[in-house]
Order: sequence, then structure tokens, then C-alpha cells
Amino acid sequence: MSGIVLKDLNVWFGNGLARVDAVKNASFSVPLGESFGLVGESGSGKSTILRAITGLAETWSGFIEIDGNSLGRKRDEQFYKTVQMVFQDPYASLHPRHTIDQVLSETLSLHGFSDIEARIEKLLQDVGLGPAFRFRYPHQLSGGQRQRVAIARALAPEPQILLLDEPTSALDVSVQAEILNLLTDLRAKRGLTFLMVSHDLSVVSHMCSRMAVMQNGNIVELLSVEDMRAQKANHAYTQHLLKSSLGYTPSETTSG
Amino acid sequence: MTNLLDVEDLWVRFPTRSGMFDAVRGVSFSLGKERLGIVGESGSGKSMTGRAILRLIRRPGQVEATRIALEGRDLMTLSEKEMRAVRGYQISMIMQDPKFSLNPVLKVGDQIMEAYQIHTKGSAKEARQKTLDMLEAVAIRDPERVFDAYPHEMSGGMGQRVMIAMMMIPDPKILIADEPTSALDVSVQTQVLDIMDKLVRDRGMGLIFVSHDLNLVASFCDRVLIMYGGRIVEVCDADKLHDAKHPYTRGLLNSLPRLDEPRPKLDVLTRDPAWRDEPSVSGAL
Repeated sequence: MSGIVLKDLNVWFGNGLARVDAVKNASFSVPLGESFGLVGESGSGKSTILRAITGLAETWSGFIEIDGNSLGRKRDEQFYKTVQMVFQDPYASLHPRHTIDQVLSETLSLHGFSDIEARIEKLLQDVGLGPAFRFRYPHQLSGGQRQRVAIARALAPEPQILLLDEPTSALDVSVQAEILNLLTDLRAKRGLTFLMVSHDLSVVSHMCSRMAVMQNGNIVELLSVEDMRAQKANHAYTQHLLKSSLGYTPSETTSG
Repeated sequence: MTNLLDVEDLWVRFPTRSGMFDAVRGVSFSLGKERLGIVGESGSGKSMTGRAILRLIRRPGQVEATRIALEGRDLMTLSEKEMRAVRGYQISMIMQDPKFSLNPVLKVGDQIMEAYQIHTKGSAKEARQKTLDMLEAVAIRDPERVFDAYPHEMSGGMGQRVMIAMMMIPDPKILIADEPTSALDVSVQTQVLDIMDKLVRDRGMGLIFVSHDLNLVASFCDRVLIMYGGRIVEVCDADKLHDAKHPYTRGLLNSLPRLDEPRPKLDVLTRDPAWRDEPSVSGAL
């Protein structure tokens, strides 16, 4: 059973001469329970795919299916109970004047839960934050703790699918390890499906079993993590990304 | 052999409501004609060390050092006016994000020319020619067009190359690069590093490369200082970084996901409070 199916997805911004095609004919499917990665450089369209799925990018054409239901222009409540998103920058994605308690209780009440008290405590516990964090403001938390709150907020409606947009790129490597471990645990415990965007090949390879490599709005290659690790990439751009991810190697033109 | 730069017992302090905060705590190192990497996590004091050398820490921050010597001349004793002649002319700094470092309302050519003219008092014609040469040296294909461009008309990688051109044009002895490539995509990153590498080799400059990216520093630099809590916890040759001894360095390395070594779980760094109190390791040559 497929969790996410995309067929010939096009996303563009602007009209006429100013039109930018951010995603061109993207097609892939992610079975329920799988973890799928989108890699590429800035402007390649990887985040735009997530934004089209959640309805944040409104100008799209093609076919998007989530958990067996094809999506139209509007997203209903059921959609947001199934799909939730975690954003890149934990410093920007939390309201600075809302306490963690407000953030979570608002989300829970919007989704029609009644046992909000118990759920907030459970959510904080699930993401590894003690009850002491409940009445703090975002500025009283570190980057990693904020990202934990953002993950708790995404988990609040008990979704099946999490869209992760560079969830650790704003964090230090040691904190990145904690957040990636947390996501791995949550996926195992709740059987979640991940669609994860990152520019870091090693992060995507750690988290995902299959991935799509994007360049200039096109998916240039779909490959498994085993092929990625074995450096068995067919497309020149993927090989280039693989090489760059291993550190600095002087280009031929300037060596010597 | 004389070092380009000798830093001895450098402290950077900021007063806070709860007392003095020591951002850098007694760091000593020297720089030869080499690529010296400073790595650490946010808050480790790596950027503050770079800024303190140029005395760019503004009040109420305080810089103290036994000595910050540029080829034997102590920068700590210089007046602010004398210091201005050091900045850019002898030691230059490249910041992380070109978007915030270039003047948005001036053409980039004029900004680079200004850097040249202030430091050499050359004619406008000469400065223009030098600027075009420098833009070419940082691998900008069409220097004439870029000369007349405004910063917003350029990509991030191009902006960073313009920054490098601007910093290199007075021909400094030392270049301090504070996360020069972390705002850039990997393919552009390689180009920018190539340019810096070439300039260091060709001109015999010293480079201080501040970064949080261990793999990048290990592959790009000659020597690495690892900072934690405002101190240097370990100094090693860059190519031996992966055999580092200190538990903090090891912890950082192990917390990185690796393409060649799949693991179900990443190691989480457990911080030992004792690391903060260990004496700073000297990075002197």
C-alpha cells in the first residue's frame, strides 16, 4: 500500500515571463512505513515538493495521492491528521510569544482532542523533553530542544506520514545525531512514513532506504541507499554530489 | 622560522547580568604559511577567536592577551588608527554570508576598487584594472559584467567569490575565513575552496579557516585546532583528524552519519564537565 504517490507533478511560481518551473514532472511513490529521501542543492525543487503536498505551494499540476486519496486544491482536516511537516529552522518555526504548552495545546484542540493535558505530557516525553519544558518559551530552549518541540507538534495529530524539510541542517553535529536518533526511534515505535529533504547525502543515507536526486527541478535519478553507499550512481550529477560529500578534493584545474 | 602570527593566552569576555561570560579562555596558537583550521560547535569560541585577532570585538566585550603578534609586532598595543592599517591590508577576513557583508546599494566593482584604493592610494584607472584582474583570479567568467552588477544580482557563490576578491586585493599576509562556504552548495563550495587554496599557495599566505564541518577541515587544511567551551582541547594534523584522541573530538566524529559505514543508531556525544576545566592545549608551532 502506497503512502505517497506522485505522478508528473509540476510546481511553478509566477506567470508569463516571470514563470519559474520549480518542479518538473516529478514522479515517485513511497510505500507506507518507508523512509524516502529527496536530495539536491538549493533551488533544485526538493522542498517545493513537500510544500506542494502540504498545500503551501498552490500552483501545481499532476497527481498527488496520500494514503489512497488523491488530492485536490483544498486539503481537508483528515489530510492534516495523516500528514504533518517539520520545518528546517527551529528558530523560525515556533511562535516566539507562545509557550510550548500553548503551541501543543492549540494544535491538539484544533484537531479535536479532549484529553489535552495527558497528551501534552505524553508528547513531551516521547520527544525526550521533561515536563519542566512545558511552560517555557522558545527563546529559553536550545536549537535541538526547539526542534524536539517542532517534532512533538507534528506528532500531535498522530499522523502516519511526516514530511521532514532539512530537520537538522540548522543544528550542530552532536545535536543532529540526537535528533536523527529520535526520528529513527519514533518511526520504529509508531510505524511512520518519512519523506525527508536534505542536501546532506550522509544524513539521507542514514535515514532513508531509497532516495531521489534532484537538479534544477528534475528528478535525475532514483536509487537505493545500498547503491548510494556503494557509489553506484549512474547520473553524473549524483556522482558529483557523492564526491563532494566526502570532503574537499582539489579540482584538476587548480592542482599542482 | 618566524611565524606569521603568534597568539598567546587570548581571552574574550562579555559582561552579562549573571557575571562575566568567558567566550574564549586562554587560547594560544601560532600560524605559519599554512592552512590552519579551527573547528568546534556553536558557542565554542571559534569565531570569537578569529574576530579577536583583528580586534573586532566591540564593547562591552573585552579582549585580553599576553601577545597577538603579527610577524613579531604586537597588535594589542596598537591604537585604533594603527589597527585600521592592519585590517584588510595585512590581515583580511571573509565572513560567512555574502548577503550581509556586501553593501547592497553599491556596484560590486566599486566596492572592490574602494578596498584597493584605500590601501594603496592608487589611481582609479589602475584600481579598475586591478579589480577586473582580481575578479578573473577568483574564477568569475565575465568580470566586466560583474563589475557593474549589484550584490542582489549575484548568486551566493558569486557573492562569496566577490568577497574573496575584495579581501585579497590589498594582498594581505593572513586571511581569516569564518565559515566561508557554509552558506553555499557543495559544488560551489569546491570552487571557492579551490580559489582560496590557490591564493594561499601562490602568494604564501597564512589562512585561518573557521568551520564546524570536520570532514571539510580534515580534507582542506594542514593543521587543526579543536575548540570546546572557549579552549583548545586538541591540536592535530588535518589528515590525522580521524585518529584524534580527545573524547570530544572522537565524540564529534562518531556523531556524524557516514556514507561508507551504515549504523542503525548514531553515537550521541556525552559531554564531560571536566573538558571545560582542562587547560587549553597550545597550538604554537
